[in-house]
Amino acid sequence: MSGLSEVSQAVSARQPRSTVASARFYSRGVSVCLAAPLVAALVIGFVYPVTRLVALSFSGGSLEHYRRLVAEPLYLGVLASTVKVAFIVTIASLLLGFPVAYLMARLRHGVAMVVAACVFIPLWTSVLVRSYAWVVLLQRNGIVNGLLADVGITDGPLKLIYTEGAVIVAMTHVLMPFMILPIYSTLRTLPPDYIRAARNLGAGACRAFISVTLPLSLPGIFAGSVLCFVLALGFYITPALVGGPGSMLMATLIGQQTTVLLDWPFAAALSTVLLAVTLIFVFLFRKTLSLSKGLHSVH
Amino acid sequence: MSTDLARLPNRLSLVRGHYAAAAFHVFAKAFGMITLGVVIGCVLFFLLLPTLIVIPMSLSETDYIEFPPSGLSLKWYRAYFSDADWMAATWFSLKIALATTATATVTGTMAALAIVRGRLPFRSALQALALGPMIVPHIVLGVALYLVFSPLQLTGNFFGFLIAHTVLATPYVIITVTAALQRFDPALELAALNCGANRLQAFVLVVLPNIAPGVAAGAVFAFLASFDEATVAFFISDIGGKSIGRKMFEDIDFNLTPVIAAVSTVLVAVSLLLMGAIHLANAQKRN
Repeated sequence: MSGLSEVSQAVSARQPRSTVASARFYSRGVSVCLAAPLVAALVIGFVYPVTRLVALSFSGGSLEHYRRLVAEPLYLGVLASTVKVAFIVTIASLLLGFPVAYLMARLRHGVAMVVAACVFIPLWTSVLVRSYAWVVLLQRNGIVNGLLADVGITDGPLKLIYTEGAVIVAMTHVLMPFMILPIYSTLRTLPPDYIRAARNLGAGACRAFISVTLPLSLPGIFAGSVLCFVLALGFYITPALVGGPGSMLMATLIGQQTTVLLDWPFAAALSTVLLAVTLIFVFLFRKTLSLSKGLHSVH
Repeated sequence: MSTDLARLPNRLSLVRGHYAAAAFHVFAKAFGMITLGVVIGCVLFFLLLPTLIVIPMSLSETDYIEFPPSGLSLKWYRAYFSDADWMAATWFSLKIALATTATATVTGTMAALAIVRGRLPFRSALQALALGPMIVPHIVLGVALYLVFSPLQLTGNFFGFLIAHTVLATPYVIITVTAALQRFDPALELAALNCGANRLQAFVLVVLPNIAPGVAAGAVFAFLASFDEATVAFFISDIGGKSIGRKMFEDIDFNLTPVIAAVSTVLVAVSLLLMGAIHLANAQKRN
């Protein structure tokens, strides 16, 4: 393959430079035609609907819906608990996911494949299926309660489902692969010589980890954390099925406003706030996220 | 291999006669390893459990959900395949997912070519916008699409779903095909052009075969992004047209029967077969 490219480079070297450049790049007209279907799809199915939604939230030319959002402590409480849950889920994913990513990067190929399968199988499983499994596991006469009663830890069934705890556990499960994979791809590129050098210079295993491995894996940790946090902010399916009225998040509040109360302008205002919070976060951390790279390592 | 040098201080300490310290060191190390192993084992169990638990549940003999099941039967699968509502939702979703795979793969591949090899005005803006549907919360997109689709009677409609799912699935194709194009050596295409091929021939005969694995992976992601999608589908479904995701969501919320476990097992099998095939194909190519 490289031989062929050398030949073609030698051939092209004899030609005027502009020919090489025009072969490497499509002309402007062709490029625009190639991008046109995507632009059309994005305008019809993404930009226009989202613009209409934002416009609806300002309907009547007033800030009435936003005023209501700010005036009612309930709604501000939901916004605060959305950020809180997203934060807890991110930290839990990091603490539980880091050792797994570390192991995946360090193990021999065969064993690492087994660990990788444990990370990829849930990632490829539909979010609905996983939320359903958590409903079954955590319900009143579900598997976890049955197990606790059998072992004799509890007398009666505990209320596990429809609580904030259940939402955090299920969301951590759904989002942990998005934390593990960016950390793994950073750790894998870390040469083992660095740690060996630290150990040779007298550092213990802990010291070598804290002074060498951890700082060098920070890009992966940041990318995974931002990805997890942003996805957690807008999550709907899992909190809607596993959570209850006491554990309302922004997404489930929007769902309730649209499906039960049919208050579309207020739902539009809530959606605009959620969208703004998400976009601000993505914009602030766009460097650490390096979006396409972070998302690509997931697949 | 990495531990030989690291062990040296231990050996020295043994020679010097610090037996107690060395023994303590070995013990602490072993204890640390075992603790780490147990923690990681628990995390992997936590990750795998929900996916795997639906399989035995779908084979249960009882009406209520029981684990472990007392007897084995396929009656929930029979119930799934003979229920008109479930079948209608399944076929509807399958049609949408196949159509979305086609539109998203073509649109995404063309856009990736324009982004990597083209001369585009506002290139980075387009790239950011194209990945937008992955970042914007799906509930926001679902509500927005409902507002636009509802007056046009595009809810519960094949074309409404096709538009929504194409927007959601195309970013996956763009990511995989962009990566494949960046690995592709443009000199190969130049060689084809020098040998007398025109632009289209060079693309079909030289570029496409080389980026085919990326396109195929993108197509699989697009199919699953549509077939497993539930949030936007929740808003743009109606009584006339319901995707399998919306049907499942309703049933989990209102009547929790083991039929859902059977449907879940089918969905898991489809996802794992498709993704497993893509991974095996990529692994083979690398070797």
